[in-house]
Order: sequence, then C-alpha cells, then structure tokens
Amino acid sequence: MPPLPIPAAAPLSWYLTLSAVLFALGVAGFLFRRNIITVFMSIELMLNAVNLTFITFSYRLKQVDGHIFSFFVMVVAAAEAAVGLAIILTVFKNRQTLEIDELNSLKN
Amino acid sequence: MDALLFMIFAAVAVVCGLNLVLQTHPISSALSLVGVMAALAALYLLLGGEFIAAAQLVVYAGAIMVLFIFVIMLLNAGTEHKALKGSWAKYAGVPLLVALLGMVAYLVQRMSPPTENVVFGEFRKGNPVEIGHALFTTYLLPFEVTSVLILIAILGAIVLARKEIE
Repeated sequence: MPPLPIPAAAPLSWYLTLSAVLFALGVAGFLFRRNIITVFMSIELMLNAVNLTFITFSYRLKQVDGHIFSFFVMVVAAAEAAVGLAIILTVFKNRQTLEIDELNSLKN
Repeated sequence: MDALLFMIFAAVAVVCGLNLVLQTHPISSALSLVGVMAALAALYLLLGGEFIAAAQLVVYAGAIMVLFIFVIMLLNAGTEHKALKGSWAKYAGVPLLVALLGMVAYLVQRMSPPTENVVFGEFRKGNPVEIGHALFTTYLLPFEVTSVLILIAILGAIVLARKEIE
C-alpha cells in the first residue's frame, strides 16, 4: 500500500473547510442540545469558526484587518458570555431549571 | 510539515467539536470546547497570527471558559435528562446540516485555487506591533466603542446577577 500523498503545505481551502465543519458542529449543538449552557457553548464554537475564516482570509490578502476583526469578535464574545451567563443565573434562580424545553412561558 | 501540523490540529479541533455536541454533561462539553480553542490557537500560529493566538488562549480558553465552568459548577448542572424529542428535527436536521456543509465545502474548493498554499512564516504582520498600530490608527473609533460596550456588559451582568435587596 503506497503512503498517502501529503502535500508539503496545506492549501488555503482546507482551513476554510475546517472552519465550515466547526460552524456546522456549532449549529448542530445549538439545535439539538437541551441544556441552556451547552447551547451557549455551541454559539461560542460558531464564533470561533468564523474567527478562523477571518484569520485565513487575512493571510490570503496579506493584510492585518482580519486579525483586528477577529479581536473584536473575541471582545464581543467576552461581553456576551458575561451577560448571557448572568441571564442564565437569573433564569435558574427563578425557574430552577436549565432545560430549554421547560422555559416556555412566552409560548401561547 | 505544515500540512501535517494542520492535519493534527484540525483533527483535534473536529474531534473535540464532535465531543462537545455528543456529550451529555456540560462539564465534558466545556472541556471539549477548551480543546477546540487550543487547537485553533495553534492553527492561528500556523497562519501567522501570533497576537491572536495568544489572545485566543488567554481570553477564550482562559477567561471565558473559566466563567462557563464557574457557572456550571455554581448551578450544579447535571446530565441532560431528556434526549432529543422524537420530532422531525432528529431525522431531518443532520442530513440538512451535512448537505449545507457539502455545499459550503464545494463552493470553497471552487473559489480558492488548489495551488494557493499556506506557508508558515510568509505572513509576518500578525505581531503585536502591527496589530497595535492598526488598532490605534485605522480602527481607533471601533476600539473606543468596544470599551463602552464592555462597560455596559459589566453593568448588565452585575444588575442581572445581584441579589435582590429587600
């Protein structure tokens, strides 16, 4: 059996495809999981996937702007995590549950 | 060598991402997410983003994930009781996602020429000097607005999470 042909350097499209795979995994976690904290972590996974795309295109265009955008995404993710986890704490304090199926008081 | 490193870290990222989605306990998911972020930091280094790789480790894998794990511990979150309800999402969701992924991958392959390789060390603008220069000249206004955003987020988190004063 011949050895697998591994190129010396990874093509740019591999990075973008990896980013798409991670984003799809984040969407899957967001849609299928029932724990509110895990749903929140899936959002973070999607943000990370988008960051990888930013950095990859920054490499391709040989400009630093993608890094700056990725930096801003990180800052917004930090702010979002702080506020979101505070909301989760409040929800748990009021409802004593983390299952998103039971948080349906706005329904009907 | 670059391709080998990419494959190793991409495999780590994908396996940890799958683990995040498949595990039922939130702590396992959180630790998987830390693995994804560490692997992505290594990939950023391969792409020449030194500052962003460090920020990824410090801000994401350090600060944000500690916050997540702190909340998981505080709320004593256990395993999920109910699996996915037997709805159409269970049967249609995964094939639709795979179809979406296939289309995106196809478009990426069409758009990006296969000869365009990522060579480590070819992009040298990812160091803190260049980032800081761009951040404080071209992107000064967004940077300052970001500080206001963080201030608002701090106030919101404190207001939401404080104890009610009788």
